[in-house]
Amino acid sequence: MSESLLRLDGLVAGHRAPVVGPLSFALGRGEVLGLWGGNGSGKSTLLNAIARAARVFAGTIRRAPGLRLSYQEQRPVRLEPMPMTGADLLRAAGLDPRRAPAPLGALLGQRLDRLSGGQYQLLCVWCALGAEVDLVLLDEPTNNLDPGAERSLRALLETARADRAVLLVSHERAFLDAVSTRVLALDAGGWS
Amino acid sequence: MNEGLALLVDPLFRVPLLTGLAASLALAPIGVLLMLRDEWLAALGLAHLAAAGALGGLALGAPGLAGAGFGALGGGLVKGALGRRGNGVYGFMILIGWALLLLIAANSAVGEGLGQALIDGQLYFARWPELIAALVLALALLWSLPRLAWPLLRARLLPRLDRANGRAAWRTHLGMDLVAALGMAVGTATLGLMGAFALVFVPAWVAFRVARGWRATWVVAGLIGVAGYLGAFVLALALDQPFGPVLVAVLVLLAWGASALQAGWRLLTGWR
Repeated sequence: MSESLLRLDGLVAGHRAPVVGPLSFALGRGEVLGLWGGNGSGKSTLLNAIARAARVFAGTIRRAPGLRLSYQEQRPVRLEPMPMTGADLLRAAGLDPRRAPAPLGALLGQRLDRLSGGQYQLLCVWCALGAEVDLVLLDEPTNNLDPGAERSLRALLETARADRAVLLVSHERAFLDAVSTRVLALDAGGWS
Repeated sequence: MNEGLALLVDPLFRVPLLTGLAASLALAPIGVLLMLRDEWLAALGLAHLAAAGALGGLALGAPGLAGAGFGALGGGLVKGALGRRGNGVYGFMILIGWALLLLIAANSAVGEGLGQALIDGQLYFARWPELIAALVLALALLWSLPRLAWPLLRARLLPRLDRANGRAAWRTHLGMDLVAALGMAVGTATLGLMGAFALVFVPAWVAFRVARGWRATWVVAGLIGVAGYLGAFVLALALDQPFGPVLVAVLVLLAWGASALQAGWRLLTGWR
């Protein structure tokens, strides 16, 4: 698996105690790997471990040398007040707002604290998907989205280029089946 | 030329005017960064340590400005080294600084009068050392702002991104702590404890509510800080009042005016 961007071998991860694993899989360029599971199955903890934000109790995480990551967190930070605009959020993520896709155009000039939860979620997803990275981590990207916004999200996911991988966590199986090239199911006992 | 403008150009007050102007230009942007991190109470904590340091320095025969720097930078370095962020640590800074300030005042030859002067502000007694310190602060901020503003915004809005990519963000956070400490040291030694805190807190508070955009936030905060400072400078001289309380009053009035204008604008335009 010399072309893998990410390889997990017997990974057991958690915070104060193990939450997920043991897990083994590899992820290569062009793949969209969906991680499905119920509440408490450790999906977000797994992403945190890959993003160096959770403790590895056993096993290994091998990242390709110089691997660049972007990460959309399950609960985006919302401050009160937030004078920054949507364009500012994209700039902070290292993106050029002028290259944002059409569904986000109307959000770029608005203060972040004036956006709905779904609008802010779409911006955060684009912060991850629009970045020049090798691996995109998306944690429950459909949260707060109405059906129209979810269609926009699917369109954004289709912009994923063949030279990178996407690791996508969701509890919505139908969504994962529609957008992923492969789906792993996590449960309390392991994965399948 | 009216009396207010005459006071602004009076050679007797030229050095104090420029000292406070440079300090206010620096303190308002520092407030924006502290407000972003939800650490605006840092200003008050560091100001108390700076005041205690200044009085301690004077009691030992050292310049007050050096003592203020020692107190505030020491507090900022200890906080940075401990890796603590959040208002809890600043609460302890306020308490420790306040207790030290009063104890030094009560047990040294410099006395309680000078301690009170540090709280009220001694801007009109500012001389070249204070002006140079304020200019150094303004230049330090001018240099560091482009290096701090966007990384700190990224760290606040996308908190796991740097760590996920193995980037060490501690330099940015330590740099911010040191800039805030330097700002409060110079601000407290010139504008007074509460005056310096007000220049950090009020312009940023207003800007976060009325500005649209990250760059606009800096502009609004800077304009309110400078306008409040210049207004207070003239008023305090013309009315023969202590500078610190007048500065606080002017800034609070500006905040009230900005909030009222925003409410009126929303009412007229339906802007949410």
